Amino acid sequence: MTTMRQAFTRTVNEAIEHDPRITVVTAVISSNEFPQEHERVVDVGIREQTMVGVASGLALAGLRPVVHSYAPFLVERPYEQIKLDIGHQDVGAVFVSIGASYDDPAWGRTHQSPGDVALFDTLPGWTVHVPGHPDEVTPLLRQAMEDDNRVYVRLSLHENAQAYPVGEGFTALRHGKRGVVLAVGPMLDRVMKAVDSENADVTVLYAATVRPFDSDGLRKAVQETDHADVMVVEPYLEGTSSHLVSETLQQIPHRVRSIGVKRHAELRNYGTAEDHDAAHDLDVVGLGSAVRSFFRG
Amino acid sequence: MQRIPELFARMAGDEKHEWAAASTIDVLWVLYDRVLNITPATADDPDRDRFLLSKGHGPMAYYAVLAEKGFIDESILDDWTSWDSPLGQHPDRMLVRGAEISSGSLGHGLPIAVGTALGQQIAKSRGRTFVLVGDGELDEGSNHEAIAVAARLNVANLTAIVIDNQSAMYGWPGGIAQRFAVEGWQTAEVDGRDHEAVFTALTAPHDCPNVVVAKIEKSY
Repeated sequence: MTTMRQAFTRTVNEAIEHDPRITVVTAVISSNEFPQEHERVVDVGIREQTMVGVASGLALAGLRPVVHSYAPFLVERPYEQIKLDIGHQDVGAVFVSIGASYDDPAWGRTHQSPGDVALFDTLPGWTVHVPGHPDEVTPLLRQAMEDDNRVYVRLSLHENAQAYPVGEGFTALRHGKRGVVLAVGPMLDRVMKAVDSENADVTVLYAATVRPFDSDGLRKAVQETDHADVMVVEPYLEGTSSHLVSETLQQIPHRVRSIGVKRHAELRNYGTAEDHDAAHDLDVVGLGSAVRSFFRG
Repeated sequence: MQRIPELFARMAGDEKHEWAAASTIDVLWVLYDRVLNITPATADDPDRDRFLLSKGHGPMAYYAVLAEKGFIDESILDDWTSWDSPLGQHPDRMLVRGAEISSGSLGHGLPIAVGTALGQQIAKSRGRTFVLVGDGELDEGSNHEAIAVAARLNVANLTAIVIDNQSAMYGWPGGIAQRFAVEGWQTAEVDGRDHEAVFTALTAPHDCPNVVVAKIEKSY
């Protein structure tokens, strides 16, 4: 069984061999997965600010850096470097995180990053991929490494049972009349089970790419229903994409329900990812309840 | 150099930085006049030397030198910081020809410089990277990450210039050069107003990263 992380390292290692632009910059985490003797593989030690700064310099010199660490150390700690060394310098890079919101909750709050996508959302020009299956990682990463833009790829231990085509906007996996549920990345299987358990007559859209946001796809799906009711289920901070749903539907009276990692409290609990899913109502039971109440009548 | 005061004076509104007091002016002049392998015609050449102004504060000296050397038209100095001007109180590389990085927030240039120097090595380029930081700027911890990394990775085509005008809040025990030396950098301390001394230090052979601490009288 291949994990998203394994798909990532394999895909990048293949690219290092055949694409002379590809460089890898790490800060110890996962560095043993890349050939350290290779001149285009740079590990800077446990120094995340310099990791991003070095990636910036490599990009300024015409290379294509892949920057990788655990999500809070890749995104939150060097956030100003991402804003200035990558965005403000107007260079591109591929940022790839592991850990997601709470993949390893036994490690506590220090290793959780539910706000990562919201942080990237404060900066212009970033593509954000949230794959739901290891087989979605490779095509998304290959394309990202070929391009010159700014890309964030959020990997997780949570995954769906099967992969879906990626790179073409939102994918409609079922059609209904009562409203639309947009399921992002690893949330899909739980959303489908919740919708099934509630016998909800809704359209389910799947997104492995959330930025750019497929506004046309969402608008079209909403127009094919009888109710402009949209539920967005994201595996990170709740409401991260709700401003884009509102913007998409600004000409249509609509309702939005945003579901994700709750904002109102910092959970000082360890346990398992499943425990945290339940605490945030991101398990099938919690999602089913949300579907039942939101699409009532 | 003769025209620098005149060019400098055209940028009004930041009078606390008189041209003669500008701590960077002499080093910048020596770099662009005698050290850097870069001209307006080669500003995009992959093999050019790269100069990164990390200390983006008070960039009038930088703009004056870029104007004198033909990277930017001196006529744009007069309305700097206005809405339509490409020149602000912190440089933007997308607006200023010849500016390798956008800077202003302290502690970013040295890590980026490690990256450009590595990029030059990967490209088998003869280009070198020079980065200018302030002694106050060295308070930022990101610099110390980069000082260590540059030495460990032996980024020998990198030269850092520290303008030491005693701005650091708490100073550096043993001096700034010592901070670099313990990590394995080649170091030199010079009078930051002495063009020959600055030139000699910036062009000294080195097979490890090189730092030139340019001492300037404290000014306010």
